[in-house]
Amino acid sequence: MNALARVPDLLAQHLLLALAALLLGLAIALPLAVFSARNRLVGRIALGFASLVQTIPSLALLALFYPILLSLSALVGGGIPALGFLPSLLALSLYALLPILRNGVTGLANIDPAVIEAADGVGMTATQKLRLVEAPLILPVLMAGIRTAAVWTIGAATLSTTVGQPSLGDLIFAGLQTQNWSLVLTGCIAAAALALAVDGLLGLAEHGIAKRKRGLIWGSLGTLLVVVALALVPALPAARGTVTIGAKGFSEQYILARLIGHRLEAAGYKVRYREGLGSAVAFSALASGDVDVYVDYSGTIWTNQMRRSDVPPRDAIVRGVADWARDRHKVTLLGSLGFENAYAFAMRGDDARKRGIASIADLAPVAGSLNLATDVEFLERPEWAAVRKAYGLSFKSAHPYQPTFMYRALASGTADVIPAFSSDGRIAADGLVVLADPKGAIPGYDAILLLAPGRADDLRFQAALKPLVGAIPVERMRQANYMVDRDSDKASPDEAARWLERGLAR
Amino acid sequence: MPEQSRSVTFKNVSKVWPGGVRAVDGVSLDVAAGSFVALVGASGSGKSTLLKMVNRLITPSEGAVLVGDAPVDAGPAPALRRRIGYVFQNVGLFPHMRVGENIAIGLRLAGEKDMAARVAMLLELVELSPEMAGRMPDALSGGQRQRVGVARALATGPGILLMDEPFGALDPVTRDGLGRAIRALHDRMELTTILVTHDMAEALLLADRVLVMERGRIVADATPRELLAGKGGAVADALVAVPREQAHRLAELEK
Repeated sequence: MNALARVPDLLAQHLLLALAALLLGLAIALPLAVFSARNRLVGRIALGFASLVQTIPSLALLALFYPILLSLSALVGGGIPALGFLPSLLALSLYALLPILRNGVTGLANIDPAVIEAADGVGMTATQKLRLVEAPLILPVLMAGIRTAAVWTIGAATLSTTVGQPSLGDLIFAGLQTQNWSLVLTGCIAAAALALAVDGLLGLAEHGIAKRKRGLIWGSLGTLLVVVALALVPALPAARGTVTIGAKGFSEQYILARLIGHRLEAAGYKVRYREGLGSAVAFSALASGDVDVYVDYSGTIWTNQMRRSDVPPRDAIVRGVADWARDRHKVTLLGSLGFENAYAFAMRGDDARKRGIASIADLAPVAGSLNLATDVEFLERPEWAAVRKAYGLSFKSAHPYQPTFMYRALASGTADVIPAFSSDGRIAADGLVVLADPKGAIPGYDAILLLAPGRADDLRFQAALKPLVGAIPVERMRQANYMVDRDSDKASPDEAARWLERGLAR
Repeated sequence: MPEQSRSVTFKNVSKVWPGGVRAVDGVSLDVAAGSFVALVGASGSGKSTLLKMVNRLITPSEGAVLVGDAPVDAGPAPALRRRIGYVFQNVGLFPHMRVGENIAIGLRLAGEKDMAARVAMLLELVELSPEMAGRMPDALSGGQRQRVGVARALATGPGILLMDEPFGALDPVTRDGLGRAIRALHDRMELTTILVTHDMAEALLLADRVLVMERGRIVADATPRELLAGKGGAVADALVAVPREQAHRLAELEK
């Protein structure tokens, strides 16, 4: 399984990210703790802020740094990467803040006042008091806070996958999308083992501090340092001259990213993947050059980025997107891949027949007694608003799921209707009926190859990808998707991509 | 290189806490170089506040405090404090440092090296055995701890020794022994010593001069002999009456 081969690399990246965030957190939290202990108001504000950060879900915190860094970058004239390491580092550092700050402040507040009086009495300056008395006395409780922060950071670092920073989360998210549970488990176990190992080493250092054993302190911290150095070795040369291929978080995107990757590798490029990107993040990442190439869908750009609510024919949408992307963002639309992945309302075949529903128009009168399951973003998308308005749809309930579980919800009867993906192999495999859209409320969703501004004049790059244009019929994409999504005899996205490639040759 | 012993002068000193409590109320006082002065009074009389204004642990609201001829706030506080020994009831030994390190802390701050011999000498001075230097403070008895506190205060050879209820937490036997030891150190090192205590008997037995404080003011200023002769005024007489009465009763019992 080639995904398992990525574990050492992902483990190294994960460790580096988490420890960098921990160190940055320490660098901020330690002075802040001292300042907080000296000034009650500062203390209240600092602790309040750190607690507030904890209440923000880590996924949202990571996502929030994307627009913040983007506007910051625009403010200083570009150059600040809004995806990948930086947003992950900043978000995780904020997460590391609270336990270190809280333990530091508590530790300082709980020092015996007599000891402080004695330190003043013998004539220590504030700095000497901190170095000779306060710091050594709060070290054990501070160390406990650092350990907590380390475990939190390593756990939350799995989410950095969503902003394009490789981590063990890559395995978890990819496994979740392709229903490859061993991959999910591998990611979880690796992350847990990493957290335990780091916590254990820091625990040894803490024990060494408490027992005044210098050997133990330096031994454990030294081991950690050596591990970090080892993790740095593979991470260093990857930075420049590599093509970054983006993918959103579902099987088709994983497969197409590999397909693009294989072709670029064959053309002599070094390739890396940024998988699991959110729909909104993906296009901005391309426009800002954080991602070099990815596949999007014309209707998605049309309704979400361009904010259009009219629904012209498919090819007019593709043309409109191409012009808009070039004029507004210097993004090149290389061409359509040849298939469409539209939102298509689907029901269980037997259920639809029993109720006599064949189109969305038939669905509208009975929708009030039916449950809708969607992917995580559909309910927020303008397409949903358009469909709802066009047909006057109102469901009994509407719940978002990961795409995989959306299909499960329909199959199990938890939901009665889903907005399925028209290129999804599971429509045929699960015996689903796709409902017609007589009012044409849903636009076309041609899969389109988009290139970053920096690749607009890169002819070698474009030549490598040009053969993909118009080369993938929807039946083959469905088949490839199903190879990854089915429950038994699963293929990896990489294998499915190779299967697609064999079809291209003909 | 012990510091020359110095006089301490209070010029119309007051301390008003936020909220309006006048802890010290217009005190003017000269403590001669080399004298042993006891400040006696009930708790809340302002004696500790007055003492801590000498090494600037408390800043006066009005007036000035001088050591020798120089106002205490002429330079940075840490520099002043390194020239003044300070011993207080809770001792405040640094719990993460060995006894030897605690005693040598002032020398370390002064940048001195090779302090082992000096630590051994200081331990001997406060009548502790030299091997105590390697122990941690939590392995000591209360009396031993306070002796280490005294050794720490005297390590840099200060000219002035300030003591704030140094025997408060000790049993009577230890208390008596330590009191005598400190008086001996005072004489030997030619210190100017100010001792704050609520125990009049202790003040009478150790000091050359006893000051009685009440509500922030000095209400009696006399030698022990004068106080015992009833020349200290009403408040002082009331305080002296207790130990004198006890001494008489003990003498009766011995007959």
